[in-house]
Amino acid sequence: MKYVKQFFIILLISFVGELFKYLIPLPIPASIYGMVILFIGLMTGLIRLDDVKDVGKFLIEIMPLMFIPAGVGLIESWGTLKPVLLPVCVITVVTIVTVMVATGKLSQWMIRREKKGGSDHE
Amino acid sequence: MNSFFEESMFAGVTLSIIAYLIGAILKKKFKLGIFNPLLIAIAVSIVFLAVGNIDYEIYNEGARFLSWLLTPATVCLAIPLYEQWDLLKNNHKAVLLGLTAGVVTSLVTVLVLSLLLGLSHEEYVTMLPKSITTAIGMGVSEELGGYVTITVAVIIVTGVLGNMFGELICKVFKIEEPISKGLAFGSAAHAIGTAKAMEIGEIEGAMSSLAIAVSGILTVILSSVFAHFL
Repeated sequence: MKYVKQFFIILLISFVGELFKYLIPLPIPASIYGMVILFIGLMTGLIRLDDVKDVGKFLIEIMPLMFIPAGVGLIESWGTLKPVLLPVCVITVVTIVTVMVATGKLSQWMIRREKKGGSDHE
Repeated sequence: MNSFFEESMFAGVTLSIIAYLIGAILKKKFKLGIFNPLLIAIAVSIVFLAVGNIDYEIYNEGARFLSWLLTPATVCLAIPLYEQWDLLKNNHKAVLLGLTAGVVTSLVTVLVLSLLLGLSHEEYVTMLPKSITTAIGMGVSEELGGYVTITVAVIIVTGVLGNMFGELICKVFKIEEPISKGLAFGSAAHAIGTAKAMEIGEIEGAMSSLAIAVSGILTVILSSVFAHFL
């Protein structure tokens, strides 16, 4: 019954996420509401880690597989994508690099600055 | 034979997963970004559909159950986040700074390149939400009057590229702290990048999960401002 219970809790939270999406007129998907709900549930102790952990870890591990259908679906949008292919490619590739560097470097600078400040004056 | 595949619920998905596993083995053996399991699975499946002359609709009859699991799986990203809460709390300044910088950089990069490449307003707003998770990005694109199908395609390509080259980018630019790596994956390549971050480590995975939610919501707010710039 362990897995039934865990799967049920996770699906129930997904459903509540859908309700939020239905009631709140923002372009935020059910999954993000659900993630916040589960997080708050865990923090407040309303949901115990053992209530979701095994099924949760399983779902996270197989998560990459869940993107395959959407990726294969690219053949369907090929027609609309083709005319703007070059600018789209340039923007896509450049943005990945700039965003990763901005986020990674700035957060790393802050982490290392705080580590230094906490330990000693240099 | 073809009609059998059209009847089968499992043929397409099974093949996709076999391709994924082969990709994983090749990746382990050759350690090259191009042997990305996700990319190989997508490519092999597309070739399979093209050669067998099978409609995507038919493939998706079975494959949509994989997609269906995406919402509960994303909900579960709260678990690593909860497990790494102390780390998150102790580094909240770095996390907030990094994620805000990532969202602003994404929007500014798209704006500058759209100006340089002479994109129309519609094409520009189509690209604005490209770094965030599909479901939020679709909503943003629709709201701003973009071409939603192109937004979805670009978001997926972004994710796959981030999944493939994220580690290389971290290496080249010396992004070494696990927290920073995770944030970088999540803010640049959303859930598909997070799938990779999860493989690298627990801290990376948790931070990447956080980035999906925070960057997504920040982008909803800021893109409505950026939409006026072109």
